Amino acid sequence: MAAASPARELTQNPLQKTWEPYDNGLPAGHSAQRGVCMTNCPTLIVMVGLPARGKTYISKKLTRYLNWIGVPTKEFNVGQYRRDLVKKYKSFEFFLPDNEEGLKIRKQCALAALNDVRQYLSEENGHVAVFDATNTTRERRETIYKFGEENGYKTFFVESVCVDPEVIAANIVQVKLGSPDYVDCSNDEATEDFMKRIECYKNSYETLDETLDKDLSYIKIMDVGRSYLVNRVMDHIQSRIVYYLMNIHVTPRSIYLCRHGESELNLKGRIGGDPGLSVRGKEFARSLAQFINEQNIKDLKVWTSQMKRTIQTAEALGVPYEQWKVLNEIDAGVCEEMTYEEIQENYPLEFALRDQDKYRYRYPKGESYEDLVQRLEPVIMELERQENVLVICHQAVMRCLLAYFLDKPAEQLPYLKCPLHTVLKLTPVAYGCKVESIFLNVEAVNTHRDKPENVGVDRSREEALRTVPNHL
Amino acid sequence: MAAASPARELTQNPLQKTWEPYDNGLPAGHSAQRGVCMTNCPTLIVMVGLPARGKTYISKKLTRYLNWIGVPTKEFNVGQYRRDLVKKYKSFEFFLPDNEEGLKIRKQCALAALNDVRQYLSEENGHVAVFDATNTTRERRETIYKFGEENGYKTFFVESVCVDPEVIAANIVQVKLGSPDYVDCSNDEATEDFMKRIECYKNSYETLDETLDKDLSYIKIMDVGRSYLVNRVMDHIQSRIVYYLMNIHVTPRSIYLCRHGESELNLKGRIGGDPGLSVRGKEFARSLAQFINEQNIKDLKVWTSQMKRTIQTAEALGVPYEQWKVLNEIDAGVCEEMTYEEIQENYPLEFALRDQDKYRYRYPKGESYEDLVQRLEPVIMELERQENVLVICHQAVMRCLLAYFLDKPAEQLPYLKCPLHTVLKLTPVAYGCKVESIFLNVEAVNTHRDKPENVDISRPPEDALVTVPAHQ
Repeated sequence: MAAASPARELTQNPLQKTWEPYDNGLPAGHSAQRGVCMTNCPTLIVMVGLPARGKTYISKKLTRYLNWIGVPTKEFNVGQYRRDLVKKYKSFEFFLPDNEEGLKIRKQCALAALNDVRQYLSEENGHVAVFDATNTTRERRETIYKFGEENGYKTFFVESVCVDPEVIAANIVQVKLGSPDYVDCSNDEATEDFMKRIECYKNSYETLDETLDKDLSYIKIMDVGRSYLVNRVMDHIQSRIVYYLMNIHVTPRSIYLCRHGESELNLKGRIGGDPGLSVRGKEFARSLAQFINEQNIKDLKVWTSQMKRTIQTAEALGVPYEQWKVLNEIDAGVCEEMTYEEIQENYPLEFALRDQDKYRYRYPKGESYEDLVQRLEPVIMELERQENVLVICHQAVMRCLLAYFLDKPAEQLPYLKCPLHTVLKLTPVAYGCKVESIFLNVEAVNTHRDKPENVGVDRSREEALRTVPNHL
Repeated sequence: MAAASPARELTQNPLQKTWEPYDNGLPAGHSAQRGVCMTNCPTLIVMVGLPARGKTYISKKLTRYLNWIGVPTKEFNVGQYRRDLVKKYKSFEFFLPDNEEGLKIRKQCALAALNDVRQYLSEENGHVAVFDATNTTRERRETIYKFGEENGYKTFFVESVCVDPEVIAANIVQVKLGSPDYVDCSNDEATEDFMKRIECYKNSYETLDETLDKDLSYIKIMDVGRSYLVNRVMDHIQSRIVYYLMNIHVTPRSIYLCRHGESELNLKGRIGGDPGLSVRGKEFARSLAQFINEQNIKDLKVWTSQMKRTIQTAEALGVPYEQWKVLNEIDAGVCEEMTYEEIQENYPLEFALRDQDKYRYRYPKGESYEDLVQRLEPVIMELERQENVLVICHQAVMRCLLAYFLDKPAEQLPYLKCPLHTVLKLTPVAYGCKVESIFLNVEAVNTHRDKPENVDISRPPEDALVTVPAHQ
């Protein structure tokens, strides 16, 4: 441990309100903000498994989750490299183990993908790369592991093992029939070809073995999550990945997101506070109850925040609901219950900084969207565990949750449109999420303020307020 | 789903500030606050494993964690029932598989323990019971599983498998030599007897099997956490238990807890805010640096909150540190930066409510200790993963962390003594935690306010302020 030197002075970052040391007026190192996952060296996640075992599904989902919690992650699908190289897919024969030409191309694609991995992790500040390919032989995995070691990456294997023919068939229907490989085939032709493709891999498949692979770090997912074998978890990020993978499932269900009904403060164009519903807000609550009834949802769970307006909304449903404090609206600190006009009046600098970087901007004595995402992570984890859920929350909160499901980056998140009195029904499909937007036909004020053109700290009052929506 | 009835009125609980529906002036059902783990039916955790495999260590630790996060949990150690019944332990022969008398007593103890489990879970509002015994035969586990089913409990098995003789030997030294069973024996005698005791179980040991036990919910921990087999996790609480068990380790290390140095607001008897260090606070920071240097700690991690006073303190150490927003002091809402005298002046009712139930009391627009525990849970989880860590935090935060390590219940937590300029060094030993308190010899104000005698809302100001520590 170094000898103690005179403590450096601290300065408060005007955007994020974090205290940072500075040397001679410049920000200095030494202090890191825990953005949930401090990854010291990059992590290479390597998928393992026969075709149609959910590798790409897991890759995409995991990538989406890690990016949402603030860990820069990218997936590299070797099949996509192959499609880019071999323009037209002919048949399963490409994958026959004795097809020299096929083997050569496939190896070339794997190496091209690994090269892009190296660029992402070592040159582009990526933290995690997900290498999505079958990687079914010990030899191939050895090659990749060495690649990781040479570059200073920690390697973590994720294997999906499944023998249930119904699951395989369902996967083929969900994601293979629509693949670019089978764009000119009938469903039956595609299925038949794909089954033969799987056969090409089976003879050489070497599953991760408790003894032979005992020194590797991995999770083996069996039967779509019925059981797991976890070996040598090395660090925080691997522990989080394992926890996430153990909580996700593929049972069909829908997640309903909406805001509380219009509140008394909404009407006045004021943010935050803990107001009750307006007359129209109560009408929305009744419409919501009717809508939910008509949807006839099996075992619906209802969640609210601990703020009066969401609870009032839930009360109209006449069913049990659970209150989560972490679903409370973003804390606007000193700006609580102000109108945008008053914020501009009293805190013009803050108002401009917020427009410059709405995701990272933290209200004085309040929170940022970035903070919100951290506190909402347990909600996302529980949503993954659950089946049919209705979440009655708030504008900023809903934007964060929506960004997770629709894979929206941080820059777009604070501007996602989440109007009052509108339910978003999210249904997982293929590798993503279908969204249906249902306006429940009760008028409400607009609370969405777009990013204005001029975000300079010296802008005029009119420029700052140009995008403020109407209110009383 | 029930037809929508007219929404019930909401009233705000004056202590916790939560909104609850009421019928005819009385609190009604229907709404639950998510206390992190909503357990619908009680959970019975059944430990499995040969002696000296860490079952009791895991039972106690898991119980401590679950209680801290708010899930009422109790452990039932069958060996303890045996010690209460058979006053004096003679030798390993008690455990021989053909010792009829021994078998009879052991079965009687198991049944007595199960009866107490039933009472705890079904009559005393316990949520989780940890049944700590070897449970090494499939027959015994079947009996317990049936017991769980009959009573409407979900059963989750936790097996610890270990063949490393060094680990077994270390366990025996740590927790068996000091057992009441061996109080009159030398260490060698005790070890020899205990090894023979283990042998008694080996022949009939049936480990949890991937095929034979595929319908049970369990986690098998192998080699003190090198790998895990997880099967059929059924619900949220089991998922949390698995996550916790996968993050704990037994590598010796120490955790250092302290508060920031004395702050400018501390001197004035004001709570909260984001002040800098006083002159004495800066002196403490330098003393802390010296202390840490002298301790010569291997690979020490240093964590602070995002408040200036903890960061200033860390800066004096001259080493990298990580800032965690969740380590920020409890938010006193409208009372931020007030003295206790001002709180009494402006919010006498709030002040009294806080004294009535300091753990659950939430400041208006602020937090409660109960809220703090929820937001500190990721810190505890990461502390479990880490080795040597110094956490520089705040009074209420430190009380919460300390309560976790020292297994203090909610009633005591808010009154734990965490004075300024004092480092607590926590070292895990046997089934608990050794605490060393080191005052770094720099004077500071006392910020500890004891619970006054009179907590009535009608009390005079003198009664309210009688325990306020002196300040400028």
